[in-house]
Amino acid sequence: MEKRVVFRSAWLPYALVAPQLAITLVFFFWPAGQAVWFSFLQQDAFGLNTEFVGLQNFEQLFGDEHYLKSFKITAVFSALVAFSGIAISLVLATAADRVIRGALAYKTLLIWPYAVAPAVAGVLWAFLFAPSVGIITFVLTKVGVQWNWVLQEDQAMTLVVIASVWKQISYNFLFFLAGLQSVPKSLIEAAAIDGAGPLRRFWTIVFPLLSPTTFFLLVVNIVYAFFETFGVIDATTQGGPAGATQILVYKVYHDGVKSADLGGSSTQSVVLMVIVIALTVAQFRFIERKVQY
Amino acid sequence: MVENRPLLTLWSHAVLIVGIALVAFPLYITFVASTHTLEEILKVPMPLLPGPHLWENYSQVLASGTTRGATAPVGQMMINSLVMALVIPLGKMAISVISAFAIVYFRFPLRNFFFWMIFVTLMLPVEVRIIPTFKVIADLGMLNSYAGLTIPLIASATATFLFRQFFMTIPDELAEAARVDGASPMRFFMDVLLPLSKTTMAALFVIQFIYGWNQYLWPLLITTDESMYTSVIGIKRMIVGGDALTEWHLVMATAILAMLPPALVVMLMQKWFVKGLVETEK
Repeated sequence: MEKRVVFRSAWLPYALVAPQLAITLVFFFWPAGQAVWFSFLQQDAFGLNTEFVGLQNFEQLFGDEHYLKSFKITAVFSALVAFSGIAISLVLATAADRVIRGALAYKTLLIWPYAVAPAVAGVLWAFLFAPSVGIITFVLTKVGVQWNWVLQEDQAMTLVVIASVWKQISYNFLFFLAGLQSVPKSLIEAAAIDGAGPLRRFWTIVFPLLSPTTFFLLVVNIVYAFFETFGVIDATTQGGPAGATQILVYKVYHDGVKSADLGGSSTQSVVLMVIVIALTVAQFRFIERKVQY
Repeated sequence: MVENRPLLTLWSHAVLIVGIALVAFPLYITFVASTHTLEEILKVPMPLLPGPHLWENYSQVLASGTTRGATAPVGQMMINSLVMALVIPLGKMAISVISAFAIVYFRFPLRNFFFWMIFVTLMLPVEVRIIPTFKVIADLGMLNSYAGLTIPLIASATATFLFRQFFMTIPDELAEAARVDGASPMRFFMDVLLPLSKTTMAALFVIQFIYGWNQYLWPLLITTDESMYTSVIGIKRMIVGGDALTEWHLVMATAILAMLPPALVVMLMQKWFVKGLVETEK
């Protein structure tokens, strides 16, 4: 798509794009280039000498069982966050689409968690589940569950998943609600006349028509779980216990900032970049030709 | 509504009420905890109704912070958060709207190349270039400064796309008329495009305000000076290992304070928020 009517000037367009390009070059391209460059270098223990080692860092990384474990954890974590977030939001959106009375109030009360920072969401849930003072811990202990996410790996994972999903529900909810409202009423009516009940109508008409929204949300939620949940994890488990919640992004941060392993951290950054590019491409392909049922 | 099924409607209301209760539960407990003394909270189970220390706790954190972990006053942190939440959206809009104008309304060499460069930034979130970006900021001497907190985050492909898309929908006749009347490109931009972009800007502002306020990894990396902490970072720093050591009542009061501005923006500007959310993602 191009404009038919354009203005002419030899210098003005360059001046107009200059601020954005300057920031992009300095803070995006320069660091990203450095990450790629560092990923081919190896530094000695004192940081005095660096030598070019080619793909050795990558070989080392994929031979490292901690890294492979982190990959697995990230996969499990993002699958849990995406599926439970999408399922819960779909139920809520379907209910909200049906009610007429109080619809705006319900909507308003469901969307505010979007405004909560991931790190704050983590702190809120960490407090509820705190091993000694948490109110949910108290209830769990009453019913006989030994709860201590500081020590138990599964429980730590449960905590970060709950906090991450809680924050993301409002986002999914809004997109599903918009999707539901654009389902043609005539289709639903025709099915109702043919005698299909609400549940049957949902699974045979509404859900298939929602598939573009669902696919879009799946990609967005995976990206969210991969990157934006950094705050949730840093504010609660910090990757522990024993690396049980150390997702890839957290590992990049941990190795680079805490252990000052420049080469290793940069190599991981490059792997993450490849993942982001793949996810972005998936998202854009979806926009080009919508997923059809 | 295709048919009248009172039971199903009742069920829908029930689902929504349970959903809202579950979503609001952490907020309620946080609020309750922020109105008690630490001793009250450390009793198991903690009280479930608000206590009498609301004013005391909030004024303490705002004026002087906690005594362990981060000791800077939360009032200062809120100001830092506000700076991020205002400078990032305004800066983003300013540089994006002019670059989108250039890309849509001019033909010049390297136009596609520039557009491509902006597009690629979508694929480089801060999270994947943590260490090198930190190095760049350190080399530029921008650690612990507002410039360091905001400038690297104002370049954004999404905002540029949004304006580009919007400009594409503006009828060519407007630009033609402006040209016939002898208006310069900048005049057309100021008098025609900007006024038409108001709703797009409002929507973008709401989304970016929340984005700026809730930044975490970035301020975590580049602020070491407590007086430069944002409120979100402050909360994290106030938690000092061990349940009993953390001053939970003050942490929770800070959490409420840190959630309030963005939550109010979302709820009060709901219309712009939903518009911004749906449009920036497409």
